[in-house]
Amino acid sequence: MIVENLRSLGHRIVNTVWRIGYASRFFMLILLYSGTSFRRFHLIIKEIFASGVMSLIIILVAGLFVGMVLGLQGYETLKRYGAESALGSLVALSLVRELGPVLAALLFASRAGSAMTAEIGLMKATEQISAMALMAINPMARLVAPRFWAGVISVPLLTALFSVMGVFGGYMVGVVLIGVDQGSFWSQMQAGVDFRYDIVNGMIKSFVFGVAVTVIALFEGYDAPPTAEGVSGATTRTVVQSSLAILFLDFILTAFMFQGE
Amino acid sequence: MSSQALVEIRDVHFGYDSRPILKGANLTFPKGKVVAIMGGSGSGKTTLLQLIAGALKPSSGYVKVDGQVIHKLDHKGLFRMRRRMGMLFQFGALFTDMSVYDNVAFQMREHTDLPEEIIRDLVLMKLHAVGLRGTQHLMPVELSGGMARRVALARTIALDPTLIMYDEPFTGLDPISLSVVANLIRRLNDALGATSVVVTHDVRESLKIVDYIYFIADGVVAAEGTPDEIRASDKPFVHQFVHGEIDGPVPFHYPCGDYGQDLNLRPDR
Repeated sequence: MIVENLRSLGHRIVNTVWRIGYASRFFMLILLYSGTSFRRFHLIIKEIFASGVMSLIIILVAGLFVGMVLGLQGYETLKRYGAESALGSLVALSLVRELGPVLAALLFASRAGSAMTAEIGLMKATEQISAMALMAINPMARLVAPRFWAGVISVPLLTALFSVMGVFGGYMVGVVLIGVDQGSFWSQMQAGVDFRYDIVNGMIKSFVFGVAVTVIALFEGYDAPPTAEGVSGATTRTVVQSSLAILFLDFILTAFMFQGE
Repeated sequence: MSSQALVEIRDVHFGYDSRPILKGANLTFPKGKVVAIMGGSGSGKTTLLQLIAGALKPSSGYVKVDGQVIHKLDHKGLFRMRRRMGMLFQFGALFTDMSVYDNVAFQMREHTDLPEEIIRDLVLMKLHAVGLRGTQHLMPVELSGGMARRVALARTIALDPTLIMYDEPFTGLDPISLSVVANLIRRLNDALGATSVVVTHDVRESLKIVDYIYFIADGVVAAEGTPDEIRASDKPFVHQFVHGEIDGPVPFHYPCGDYGQDLNLRPDR
């Protein structure tokens, strides 16, 4: 019994290490075959439309609501200390440092990442990828790399839009609804947010999340067993693994970037 | 078969993991001919196509295409060779996110620098050849099974390949579509001066259009010949296959233990 359990544990560990190795090789191959995507940039543009532009609604709406909630909660807390005027700074810092990159990437993973996995997985199941390879066209260069770069470009842009909508939501609730002074809202925000320290670091985070989500989504699709069950399992794994990867990477990056001034 | 061979398969062994599929197969596909590969499910017919396309490597023996051993080519050499091949998949494998027009134009755009006006004319000519000019604006989901197979055929011949491979081209087609596709295979092969390899189960239809037939069983060529020779063959395996007999050299029952023993029946009862 114990031997059997140990064997099963060992098998799982070996399998996980093997998959990580395979995924790393897959990532290297994407980079290696990225030349075509940049020579024919319209391939990336088409995918930016499919994954980035089509995620706009959910990102904008979510950003607006998150900003509105931040406005309400932030005001409640700051009021206790008589610091309501710092609301602008609190909303903006929360968004550009943490909530913007993390939530936009999580939404991207569930909206566009899962779609990428399902699309690539179904293309594999219906032999479209084999057909492409037999036409002497490298599927990594023609299918996978453009989707990867589209994701990497889209996520930081969506994050920026998420944060902008969040600030607008915070403004609507804080200034328009509750009546915080408009001048102090904006001036505190301007004074509290540093371009290099806050905004650039937030953008670096979203770039890293974009790479992680897109590689996981594409790898899961490409590696999916060519059956209906296989594709549905891969889609679920994409959402679970990318969400965990985002939160884990967020902790690591935050630890390095924001060590307290 | 006397004319010069485009594809030669010599003493090829191949297996998945420990399960042997081919155990010394020898086949020759002469230039300009339509040759069928037949055999039961799982006999290794599709594996043979993948070996010819260089998607699989034999564990021993060799596959030569136009004088070159396919599995010894490097990545570039293999892709150069594949540009001269076309493959029709069992269910067409059309790119579902592209229109019929873009599917047929796909290889032209990827492999050539032809201006869009010429590509347009070529696409219409290819679609006309399969009788589907006028469907170029449709998406693959809007096509019937037979039409999708014909569009896939137009895409397969987009760059006038010298070798066309068909993987079960007749599966799931109604009798009219089946005849149409079968006739197209013959007509296009002759019009393009190509060589065709057709993997199929459909004995009746293929005997009408092919020049030569190989039967694969137990990993080797069990029988071969022209359609007339096959019709006249008295080999039990060929006879069973051609006439669709339930039992024979290919048994109806999966190999297993004694039936009575499985049902716990004792002889004295």
